[in-house]
Amino acid sequence: MNIHEYQAKQVLKSFGVAVQEGIVAETADEAHAAALKLKEQYGSDFVVVKAQIHAGGRGKGTIVGKEQRGVAVAKNADKAKEIAGNILGGTLVTIQTGPKGKFVSKVLVAQDVYYPGANEPKEYYMSVMLDRSQSKNIIVYSTEGGMDIEHVAEHTPELIHKETIDPKVGLQGFQARKIAFNLGLSGEAHKQMVKFVTALYTAYDSSDSAMFEINPVLKTADDKIIAVDGKVSFDDSALYRHPDYAAMRDLAEEDPTEVEAGKHNLNFVKLDGNVGCMVNGAGLAMATMDIIKLSGGEPANFLDVGGSANATTVEAGFRIILQDPNVKAILINIFGGIVRCDRVAQGVVDAYKSIGNIPVPIIVRLQGTNAEQAKKLIDESGLKVYSAIVLKEAADLVQKAVSGTI
Amino acid sequence: MAVLVDKNSRVIVQGFTGSEGTFHAQQMIEYGTNVVGGVTPGKGGQTHLDRPVFNTVKDAVDQAQANTSIIFVPPAFAADAIMEAADAGIKVIICITEGIPVKDMIPVKEYIKGKDCRLIGPNCPGVITPGQAKVGIMPGFVFKTGRIGIVSKSGTLTYEAADQVVKAGLGISTAIGIGGDPIIGTPTKDAVEMLMNDPETDAIIMIGEIGGSYEADAARWIKANGNKKPVVGFIAGQTAPPGRRMGHAGAIVGGHDDTAAAKMAIMRECGLHVVESPAEIGATMIEALGLKAN
Repeated sequence: MNIHEYQAKQVLKSFGVAVQEGIVAETADEAHAAALKLKEQYGSDFVVVKAQIHAGGRGKGTIVGKEQRGVAVAKNADKAKEIAGNILGGTLVTIQTGPKGKFVSKVLVAQDVYYPGANEPKEYYMSVMLDRSQSKNIIVYSTEGGMDIEHVAEHTPELIHKETIDPKVGLQGFQARKIAFNLGLSGEAHKQMVKFVTALYTAYDSSDSAMFEINPVLKTADDKIIAVDGKVSFDDSALYRHPDYAAMRDLAEEDPTEVEAGKHNLNFVKLDGNVGCMVNGAGLAMATMDIIKLSGGEPANFLDVGGSANATTVEAGFRIILQDPNVKAILINIFGGIVRCDRVAQGVVDAYKSIGNIPVPIIVRLQGTNAEQAKKLIDESGLKVYSAIVLKEAADLVQKAVSGTI
Repeated sequence: MAVLVDKNSRVIVQGFTGSEGTFHAQQMIEYGTNVVGGVTPGKGGQTHLDRPVFNTVKDAVDQAQANTSIIFVPPAFAADAIMEAADAGIKVIICITEGIPVKDMIPVKEYIKGKDCRLIGPNCPGVITPGQAKVGIMPGFVFKTGRIGIVSKSGTLTYEAADQVVKAGLGISTAIGIGGDPIIGTPTKDAVEMLMNDPETDAIIMIGEIGGSYEADAARWIKANGNKKPVVGFIAGQTAPPGRRMGHAGAIVGGHDDTAAAKMAIMRECGLHVVESPAEIGATMIEALGLKAN
């Protein structure tokens, strides 16, 4: 589960990680007041106004119809109000949001941390994640902060360092010191970085997170080390033991059909294609999407109905898929094991009748326990449902549906 | 001789008396698996499905000579159950449970290192050696006996592959569902290696998913070992968008190397018979073996 930057900073701060401070605002006036308060606390007129959406690239992204970036520096509170007014209620398009962009309902008005001082400010990159090949956590860090880390990895892989955490003992002091040395730090900044890394790892471990990405980590002109941005992603499987984090979920950031599917315990991911699908099992569901593509269509969704494909789940699945006007056909692919195909077939027929007129062809492929009876049940139902037993037949039917020949 | 489980496996069910455990234990017994009992803490001494219930895995090992365990314990307690089985001396531990937190699985991997046991899963359909033992939740009737081994991250896609193999006139030696989680006990390469060394397996089907590097590691190992048996490979999720989790906790594209296309390219380079359509698994196996379709 992903959370906003302002929430990520709350989580980090609660474990003693130093962050760029800020105040959340939902209106331009609140942004104005926030800027004044920050001036009071930190003495600078300058603040940064940052759109809060679940996507990166905000600084280079723009608000639709306006000459406004998603992250902008304001030289005073009036300017902060103006910027917040431009951003709030707008749609921010970044490299990660896709052309549709994301609606912005909150901004973080943050302190100016790039102030002048004895030393030059310097940005670094740091993330904590599971290294799946080792089944251990790693800290990934680089002197190349503030930029696209994938780009750095591709062009200058030698500038990316990894530190593996031994699960038997956790992060050790020498490892934190090594990270600080490899980032070229000395003196007070080195000491602060050791503290930062240690707190960051504790936060990651204690919060059951799946990923932390801090880009940039900043060394300020007076040698403080702080998280200027923060991306925190929690392990969904562990949320049951963190109700406070689970409450940070922002449903507005998710596709409404995905939220609705979740209520029916359906594992659904919305995609942009024209052929909907409903499958039991995640692997077979992905494979079914691939078949749709190979048959000339584009998958409109991922939907795993799990081990209990019955009339209720099938009907909920139909209704969710049919909300998408782009859907030109629906492929149901069930491999019945414990689930009996004739029951699923009855479920499809009942759901079809309950919904009424379904305007697109339905292709049902039922294989496994009682597949023959299931095919008979569908073929004799008199509904606009095409049945198949072998996967290849289903693929051919999808091809016909996409080209409009059934 | 078969891989991992056979008619000599003495199987216990951890989470025996729960609804999942009960249902699948019954299915396994009907299949002919030698289920010698089960474990439910606090219910030791009772009888369930005509078999003894033990308080601990140690008791099951001591009193029923159990050597294989299948785990249906809820996610919050499953990591503990795996370690209990390893500590008690169980040799093959198969964990079906889906949704174990990653933070719980990291120490489990560490704990079982160096112990004489093999963990399959979690979040897997289990292992079946047709005609001998089904230690899993798969529909047994799909898996006819034969000489094709299957290694797969996915449940229903394994059944699909087995069905195509059987319809093509072949059968299955052992099918190993390794699981779809980010941390699993037996990665693709280890499972493929077992089947490569199994005299009862002539060819292998290797089914992967987006995310991680297990399939690429396995492909490189197959090549380095001289492509001793034909391997038909498929990666599910060619159409999955990056950064989205596709059902399984581990099925997420994180970078350039763990997309379906990248994995399939490496598998091709390493001499595997890669299918783009999951509908072609059976037909491609026939070709790979130089046989004629029936």
